Amino acid sequence: MLHFLRRRFIFFFFTYLLSSLMIFLLLRVLPGDPARVIAGGREATEAQVEEIRDQLGLNAAMPQQYLTWLGDFLRGEWGETIAFRGARNRQLISERAVNSARLAAVALLLSVPISLVLGVIAGLSENKLPDILISLLTLSVVSLPEFVTGLFLINIVALRWGRGALAEALGWWFPSSSAVPANASFSEMLPALWLPAIAATLVLLAYISRLTRAGVIEELKRDYVRTAALKGIAWRTVIWRHVLRNALLPTITVIAISITWLISGLVVIEVVFGFPGLGSLLIAAIERRDLLLVQAIVMVTVTIILFANLFADMAYALLNPRVRLE
Amino acid sequence: MKSSQIANLIRSLLRQPQSALGTLLVLFFLLPALFGPQLAPYANPNDQSHDARQPPTLDIGALQLGEYPFGTDRLGRDVYSRVILGASSIFRIAGLGTLVSVVLGSALGLFMGYAGGWVDEILGRVIDALLAIPALLLALVLVGIIRNLDFAAGSWQAGLADNVVLLVISALYIPIVARVARSATLDIKTREFVEAAEIRGESKLYIIFREIMPSVIPSLVVEASLRFSYAIFLVASLGFLGFGARPPSPDWGLMVNENRGGFYQLTPWALEFPALAIAVLVIAVNLMSDGIRRSVQKGA
Repeated sequence: MLHFLRRRFIFFFFTYLLSSLMIFLLLRVLPGDPARVIAGGREATEAQVEEIRDQLGLNAAMPQQYLTWLGDFLRGEWGETIAFRGARNRQLISERAVNSARLAAVALLLSVPISLVLGVIAGLSENKLPDILISLLTLSVVSLPEFVTGLFLINIVALRWGRGALAEALGWWFPSSSAVPANASFSEMLPALWLPAIAATLVLLAYISRLTRAGVIEELKRDYVRTAALKGIAWRTVIWRHVLRNALLPTITVIAISITWLISGLVVIEVVFGFPGLGSLLIAAIERRDLLLVQAIVMVTVTIILFANLFADMAYALLNPRVRLE
Repeated sequence: MKSSQIANLIRSLLRQPQSALGTLLVLFFLLPALFGPQLAPYANPNDQSHDARQPPTLDIGALQLGEYPFGTDRLGRDVYSRVILGASSIFRIAGLGTLVSVVLGSALGLFMGYAGGWVDEILGRVIDALLAIPALLLALVLVGIIRNLDFAAGSWQAGLADNVVLLVISALYIPIVARVARSATLDIKTREFVEAAEIRGESKLYIIFREIMPSVIPSLVVEASLRFSYAIFLVASLGFLGFGARPPSPDWGLMVNENRGGFYQLTPWALEFPALAIAVLVIAVNLMSDGIRRSVQKGA
């Protein structure tokens, strides 16, 4: 186990370092002058550009710039925003990250149980009617771009069904936009969370359920399943005790990987619903050419993704001895 | 892949109802992509000479298109013509992006897998680190920066900036394809026929392209179809977020974005028809690429 942990940690640090180097280089090495971009393009005077270059430390040597930047990021000094005057990047990002995390949590709570059930049903009835129906569902409705499903939810569910006589009778109400103050509490935000969370759930549903299906099918072909069945154990017991226990173990990894998907999906969903999260902040930062804020947001996302993968691998190794003994 | 294998693949695609439907729909969408200017009633997508906010005249029951099948938008442009003319850009960008990334990514992956050793190790780690950044985020950042750079009009850099989405999609998918090609190569390179070629004294390039590549192609075909469906998805999403084609281009994602919010109440059809086109195309491409995966895996 110790050997496994050591290797996994070295891998983590190496990947983290390389990703951060890439994020750093992305905004430095590309043709064009970042200082001029920030200063406002061609109209900026040479003096303005020089001032910004000084502020960002762009006159130092490249390796030194990288180390200073990474050190600042790790110490939580993410600088001041240009796009949102008066705020500090760290405060802005942590406020928005909390909102995105709430959305992601609701989406995961909805999607993981549903997609596990769908995946197991599909896997147990491989190539039969339930499997075909579920695979059609996950391939079609669920694989639509988030903005299509998001706009459908807003325009049809919220504006037509959510406000009509039926909705009044049932006491439903779906707000069509999630335009809540960015610092609202969870209970204040909850009504506005449902529709974007459903849109995000659809993103994950296809992904998790298809991997679960593959896991169940693979597990059903193993020798121990045949042995157990031939021994005379009831098929139901074989499924519950043996197959599902082994087939659902990799789900931990699947959920960790699906976080990468979820983050991309959330960017689009937050824009569609006007939700004050990290994704909509990223879009605003790119549009306003706030390169420091962009770098910090991408770094935060990469940190979340790499930590999620690290924890998933550790949990998996803890539960499955074969992995850690390899 | 020989032409008989391609024929086999197409035959098995058409045999399953799901993938047959997907393939036929993709072929149907290719018509406006290839012959858009001939098919559209108004070849200029920005022809504003029509009455604004006309509702759709399409009558599916009577099989009649009418004057404005999908209505006109708030600027008086024919939505039907714009949807037809928008097909070519999504196919061009997603198709070329897939082609470039599959060709370059396969070459890189074959080379990494065959060379092995520290070259493979270092490139593999770089790819791991790149893949830790979600593709959409990377695409947004790259497109956002490159588009804001000032280039003299007509210079080669300006030409690149005009095709920034295509470039970014190709660049993003190269490492993903390389990974697939690499692991397929690792599987093949221990086979006897590769060893035999090595003993014969064939050159490295000969072994990679003449001995290993033919066996890797089935996995590359599956990966290419998967990449194409993701590329369609990405082009549409970037267009919607305002990071794809610039207005007034008839890009489907852009049209959806331009007609949402308050404008939706005014001209719902100007949003619904391009959104429907995206939805049907994405589903069709998904069904087709799932069919390709199934047929290739069955054949292997």
